[in-house]
Amino acid sequence: MITQALFRALDRKAIWLVAILLLVAIAVPASNLLLPDGNPLRLPNYAVPLFGKYLTYAMLALALDLVWGYCGILSLGHGAFFAIGGYAMGMYLMRQIGTRGVYANPTLPDFMVFLNWKELPWYWLGMDNFWFAMVMVVLVPGLLAFVFGFLAFRSRVTGVYLSIITQAMTYALLLAFFRNDMGFGGNNGLTDFKDILGQSISAPATRAALFAASAIALALAVLACSLIVNSKLGKVMVAVRDAESRTRFLGYRVEYVKLFAFVVSAIIAGIAGALYVPQVGIINPSEFEPANSIEVVIWTAVGGRGTIIGPIIGGILVNVGKSYFTGAFPEYWLFALGALFVVTTLFLPKGIVGLIGQYRAATTRREQHAPTPRTVDAEPQPRPAE
Amino acid sequence: MTFIRYFIITLMLLGAALPAHAQLADTELAALVDALAPGSFKDREAAIGNLVASGDQRAVPVLETLLEGELYFDEASGKVVFTSAPSGKGAIADPITGADLPDLAEGGLEKVKVNNNLRRVLRTAIGQMTLLSPIRDMRLSAAQSILRDADPAQLDLLDTALAAEADPAIGRVMDQARAVIMLKSPDASVEDKAAAVPVVQAIGGRDALNTLTAALATAPAEIQPAINQAIEGLARDRAAWDVAQNVWFGISLGSVLLLAAIGLAITFGVMGVINMAHGEMVMLGAYTTFVVQEIIRQNYPGLFDWSLAIALPLAFLVTGLVGVAIERGIIRFLYGRPLETLLATWGLSLIIQQAVQRIFTANIREVGNPSWMSGSFELGGLAITWNRFYIVIFAALVFAALLLVLKYTAIGLHMRAVTQNRRMASAMGIRTPLVDAMTFGLGSGIAGLAGVALSQIGNVSPNLGQGYIIDSFMVVVFGGVGNLWGTFVGALTLGIANKFIEPYAGAVLGKIIILVLIILFIQRRPRGLFALKGRSVEA
Repeated sequence: MITQALFRALDRKAIWLVAILLLVAIAVPASNLLLPDGNPLRLPNYAVPLFGKYLTYAMLALALDLVWGYCGILSLGHGAFFAIGGYAMGMYLMRQIGTRGVYANPTLPDFMVFLNWKELPWYWLGMDNFWFAMVMVVLVPGLLAFVFGFLAFRSRVTGVYLSIITQAMTYALLLAFFRNDMGFGGNNGLTDFKDILGQSISAPATRAALFAASAIALALAVLACSLIVNSKLGKVMVAVRDAESRTRFLGYRVEYVKLFAFVVSAIIAGIAGALYVPQVGIINPSEFEPANSIEVVIWTAVGGRGTIIGPIIGGILVNVGKSYFTGAFPEYWLFALGALFVVTTLFLPKGIVGLIGQYRAATTRREQHAPTPRTVDAEPQPRPAE
Repeated sequence: MTFIRYFIITLMLLGAALPAHAQLADTELAALVDALAPGSFKDREAAIGNLVASGDQRAVPVLETLLEGELYFDEASGKVVFTSAPSGKGAIADPITGADLPDLAEGGLEKVKVNNNLRRVLRTAIGQMTLLSPIRDMRLSAAQSILRDADPAQLDLLDTALAAEADPAIGRVMDQARAVIMLKSPDASVEDKAAAVPVVQAIGGRDALNTLTAALATAPAEIQPAINQAIEGLARDRAAWDVAQNVWFGISLGSVLLLAAIGLAITFGVMGVINMAHGEMVMLGAYTTFVVQEIIRQNYPGLFDWSLAIALPLAFLVTGLVGVAIERGIIRFLYGRPLETLLATWGLSLIIQQAVQRIFTANIREVGNPSWMSGSFELGGLAITWNRFYIVIFAALVFAALLLVLKYTAIGLHMRAVTQNRRMASAMGIRTPLVDAMTFGLGSGIAGLAGVALSQIGNVSPNLGQGYIIDSFMVVVFGGVGNLWGTFVGALTLGIANKFIEPYAGAVLGKIIILVLIILFIQRRPRGLFALKGRSVEA
């Protein structure tokens, strides 16, 4: 019964996507762990956490897509939720170091000993427990998004104004986390992790497991987003995106719809951050950089916002490109990224997925000029006067 | 001491331009100076007396050098000379004319010896020659030097000079010096000390506060309340000046923010788009200044003081044209999609930054201050640097000019019309695309002007604009886009608030507090302080 209902609620594409992700979750670790060295199909050890990182980025892009592509809220601060989730995971990992730190202090992380702190600050308490830390990964970004969103949406801060204050939020957090007395390691952040759940964090098996966890988490996020956007609530979200005032006049509580999308999105971003940290081995305040959050927007835009699969394609493609470019032509990466922003917004408003859709529409000789909604930003006029 | 010597020589040269006061012929003075070298300490004392009696100011540096024990004479000829380096090293020069004496060798020099008694005689002699000097500036600097050192041994001389002084300004300094000596000296009578307290308080500033605090410990019980009162008064003044200083810093920061944000505000107001490349326009303006200065430095060094005047219109032109190009090339295709515009301009900002980094390298470039913009001046208890001062003036001028343009020119009228109601303006025959292009050019041009100003208070690097862009957004969001006064009030409020929070919370925490306050503020007024009022509903 339940599975049937689920299948009906999901579109076919989402089911395919989930199936592919689950397959990847099995295939990549298997190829890395089971195949012997030298087999052309074996993934090298360094590639596993790298691909895992791409998956967490894809998840972050998907989270942004839920608010931007479906609800019309352009958040320039999603990197903050990602980083907070990462910090929660980082705190757990720090507490697992124990006496193996440079100062061999059983409870205090190295940087606190270095700063002459005598005891753990209250917000570090309980972070040595994995499940507590995982609750925080969900709770803290969700709570921040709830408070921020509640205040912003209730007073109808929309459009560019909302984008700017989300940017201010992540900028304020960036400055805050840079401070040593915040108790998050200041400039250096949290690093030198040893164990996760009792397993060495650098062992190939742990990395494979983390990769699988990332793929499964992404599959679950796809499932959740797909359920949301195909529900009635999802339709209202799209309505808010396309004509906010009209939706409000029809009797919907627009601010609650937006708040729901924003909080769910922040939680997904937080989980992505928590999976990102053990795979790259460090979390520091630069993750809060406003530039990072804007970069996430371009992943989503390149893939195609307003679709489930688009941001995943975009997140992976752009980051693979980034890895290649920064290795091969480091001085041209920013040119490429900048051009990507300009070209995507000018010529690919619907991203790669939209391009494929257009191509298909053209080849099947359906209406070539299918009415594609262009007013994704809900403002047909450049901010008319109130 | 050497510095003071040069200072006094300079004063003397100034004095020499005036009608000669008791000035001997070079040879006569040289004879008197050379008399310092031979004989016993007693002879030397007499020679000093003769020099004082001559009243020739050119003798003062000679006496001061002797006091330092750095005066030499040539053993063969008996001529007294100066050496350019301590301990008889370096070039040898005539003590009176300053001319080089290449014939004399370092090996033939002998030090003119002094003992403690002679040092005392010398101090008094120098004091007499300067404090009683006919040259006004000389007396003033001597009085100020006594005020600084407050040596009780100089008291008698000071009293004599005070009695003879006719200039009220110098008399006041002497009075103050006397009062400080009174408070310091253990022998002074209670009445003298009591009378000195208000005089010292009137000097004001940190030095007076220190003098009074030091005097409090040794002062007789009956004048302690008076001293305490004076200290409190001074502390109050100090606090008031500190507040004033903070306000000034705030205004200075606010004017920088105003310059950076005002262009952003008008493009946002008219077109409803946020130009993320605005910071890069600022950066281009700063690099224009750098290039102009480099060209001037290499080809026309004499024009250096005019470099800013040349850079200003150029920067406006360069960034204005880049702005128009951006508008024509990209933004007009994104018409009606403000969020996409934001992304596209962000991409542009990355490209511009990287391009500038390729051309000029990532190194920090230093742009020089013209002479009239370096240094500082004091206004009461405020120390104000000229470059900050001129930037405040400049920001005010730009703001005023922009107000006038918006109010009294056709393009200004069109811009305001489009801001208020684009469709209606278009229906009335205003060419809104042209207005958009002009607005974008104007906004970018002003950013270029801001860049010229910012190059004067900081270094120029490819990510110069990034440092200001978020603050500029905050100003625009806080002030609203209804009219320019919103930006003005927003910039000054943020600037001053920042500087007042800073001392209590530190620079970083202060900034965080401001950001949080703005985020909270925008809940109350989602469209900023000066929102445009109207009856249309968005979307």
